Amino acid sequence: MTLRFVLNGAKTELDAHPMARLLDVLREECALTGSKEGCGEGECGACTVLVNGEPVCSCIIPVAHVEGAAVLTIEGLGGDHPLQHHFMNEVGAQCGICTPGMIMAAMALGPAPTLEDVKTALAGNLCRCTGYAAIYRAVMKWRGLEAPPSMVAE
Amino acid sequence: MSAVGNSVARKDGIGKATGAARYADDITFPGMLHGRTIRSTIPCGRIRSVRLDFDTTGFTVVDHRDVPARNAVDLIAQDQPFLVEQEIRHMAEPILLLAHENRERLYAVPVEVEYDEGEPLFDPEKSQQVFKTIDIVKGDTSSALADAELVVEGTYRTGHQEHVYIEPNGVIAVPEDGGIAIYGSVQCPFYVIKALRCLLGDAHPNVRVIQTETGGGFGGKEEYPSMIAGHAVMLALKSGRPVKIIYDRAEDMVATTKRHPAIVRHRTGVTRAGRIVAMDVDVLMDGGAYVTLSPTVLSRGCIHAAGPYRCDNVHIHGRTVFTNTPPNGAFRGFGAPQTEFAVEVHIDRIAEALGMDAVELRRRNALRPGDTTATGQTLRDDCSALMVLEEAVRRTDFDRKREEYKGSNRSVGLSLFYHGAGFTGAGERNLKSKARLELTAGGVRIAVGSTEIGQGTRTMHAQIVTDALGIPYEDVEVAQPDTSRVADSGPTVASRTCMVVGKILEECAHEMRDRLGGLSPAEYHSRHGPLTVERMYEPPDWIEWDDALYRGDAYATYGWGCDVAEVELDPDTFEVRPIRLTAVQEFGRPIHPALARGQIEGGTAQGLGYALLERVVMHNGAMANGQLTNYTIPTTLDTPEIDVVMMENPYPGGPFGAKGLGELPMDGPAPAVVNALRQLGFDVREIPATPELLSAGSRLG
Repeated sequence: MTLRFVLNGAKTELDAHPMARLLDVLREECALTGSKEGCGEGECGACTVLVNGEPVCSCIIPVAHVEGAAVLTIEGLGGDHPLQHHFMNEVGAQCGICTPGMIMAAMALGPAPTLEDVKTALAGNLCRCTGYAAIYRAVMKWRGLEAPPSMVAE
Repeated sequence: MSAVGNSVARKDGIGKATGAARYADDITFPGMLHGRTIRSTIPCGRIRSVRLDFDTTGFTVVDHRDVPARNAVDLIAQDQPFLVEQEIRHMAEPILLLAHENRERLYAVPVEVEYDEGEPLFDPEKSQQVFKTIDIVKGDTSSALADAELVVEGTYRTGHQEHVYIEPNGVIAVPEDGGIAIYGSVQCPFYVIKALRCLLGDAHPNVRVIQTETGGGFGGKEEYPSMIAGHAVMLALKSGRPVKIIYDRAEDMVATTKRHPAIVRHRTGVTRAGRIVAMDVDVLMDGGAYVTLSPTVLSRGCIHAAGPYRCDNVHIHGRTVFTNTPPNGAFRGFGAPQTEFAVEVHIDRIAEALGMDAVELRRRNALRPGDTTATGQTLRDDCSALMVLEEAVRRTDFDRKREEYKGSNRSVGLSLFYHGAGFTGAGERNLKSKARLELTAGGVRIAVGSTEIGQGTRTMHAQIVTDALGIPYEDVEVAQPDTSRVADSGPTVASRTCMVVGKILEECAHEMRDRLGGLSPAEYHSRHGPLTVERMYEPPDWIEWDDALYRGDAYATYGWGCDVAEVELDPDTFEVRPIRLTAVQEFGRPIHPALARGQIEGGTAQGLGYALLERVVMHNGAMANGQLTNYTIPTTLDTPEIDVVMMENPYPGGPFGAKGLGELPMDGPAPAVVNALRQLGFDVREIPATPELLSAGSRLG
């Protein structure tokens, strides 16, 4: 069937099976490979995108669900977003496979998050490399917030 | 400003954060097929028949008869077939390969395999098939045990652990002019080359392996990618088209390697004053169905089994056996997390038996410069066991907390540990690793097979070359590992990429500096053209190792760590919540402090998962919880604050004083947590210490 939605700010129309996974449509039909598949069951969050501003796992969303919605993927942030730079500078990305999903989940945070807010917002995104501390440092720095003293790299 | 010692901008660029970095599954080639692996559904037996009950038009089908030369993955032994011929030794063993251009069609078709089932064996203690034994003998342990004032015994068990790199395994084999190229998520491109040469023989000489951006490894992409690459290559040769094989999470968890389960028995003799006089240690590791790397995992496990303690009489006996589970393999720590868990929990029990403070017992027995290890290695000034212990105790106010938390649901526990850097014994000498530095029009290019798998290889190597050559960091580029274009710097394993490969690069840079004769790389290049420097690793000349007796200098140097875990118990649910983990670690000197810190934080989190959460449930020889839904690794909410302290004690044989770091942080968290649980009254002798284990387990008086 023909689907219409807004993808990274642009009106998009494409033919897809309504039950196709949003992740597959993004990666294979739209050539947006920044969203990753880590588990295919909505557990790891590597495929996180924003649908109408809410983070969802695109591996368990049928594409029909986004008919008429606004979908934002990591590519939609461009290549120069401050949070992207903080992730690299703070070593919030090591191997990088969880990073696009992690960044998209962080994008949905409210204006002045506490460390607890950040932890809760990212609880659905698994990272096996960092132990998360560097990810918190990246997100807190992006929001102009002080990380707790023990978290500050010497 | 020097590059080394500063957290300079990473060579990765920003691609990992923008989605532009290309992992194996992000790459396609024209005409590419998808590959699928048909696997055994029994743990033991023989194949009676394989039936393809579908129209095979458009499919490429490969079985063992398509193997060009030798049907064996070439590792330590050549016992594991790429594709089963008749005998099934474990669940999910590869039998047949299919390729098709349409993935849905590929996975929809039925393949029926009929078997004659055999009697599987899953209990390593019952296995008679011992395929490697190790004995480390120092002094006279039986006499010393007989004479000891007190002997403390204990048995400790650790389970499987799954790597859970977030990117599952995947490769693409691409036929190219006169040969074949393999693009893939691999730690060790030259291991893949070795395996493919064995598979293909002389008929297909032009094989190259290109590492794609790799979404985590932790040892899990050390040996298994050789298997997958072999599969993809056979499908590509038969079809004449590129073939991509990407495992989904379930296949990756059920079919690929895990950390070896271990059973470690200790009998330790001590004086009443708390001096360790005899250590008798028995190490049993479950190798699974094939040899893979188990002999070397056992070796590292045994060498670390006595812990960082001085003792004149030590006997460590190790063995690894076959069972009918998928083979176990490399995982960060490589045998040491199992044995160091055992010895560190045992040390707390000895202290308890003596009525002595466990920190004091460690203080009295910790290795010092001049002491000898179990293999008889005399430690040099780069031994820091006491330094990390004292700093961890001081920083955490350990003694006060121990007292203060008594009778509450909170407690603190401590572990002291060490980890040998680089290959064991004569390993580095035998490996003959090489590194290459190439002059470019504006600087130099590093050309090594060492892979960036998240730990920062590219950046850290570039920093070393920058300072050793005296040119701007921006003028150093790092080649993507392509086995046809880079030097074989050995596998990216064993905490060797900084200390060993970094050292060769440092020497390459010194040689290049001399040959430039005061000219900048650009000046030299425009006047004289290209220049390449290649050097081989030379281990310290004092290293002596007897592989038959297992005696001598097991490692050129060791990293040292002391972890303090502070935990809180929910008395109703038996859930243990780590509150804070203090990780004091000495690894020579950090080349890139932020990356080094990331290794410690990440390794510590993996260690906490190993301690409390990560339980592989095996049913009939297969992982029954092979999903992230019910094999749980630490999330943000499970991971406590990790207080990292990086202490320096430069190692003269490493680049700019650096030792290896990658594995050290994995060794400490589990015993620290379990020693904290002991303070809460739980006599835990195995991990993971799940609520189920704690609720059913024995309590201390």
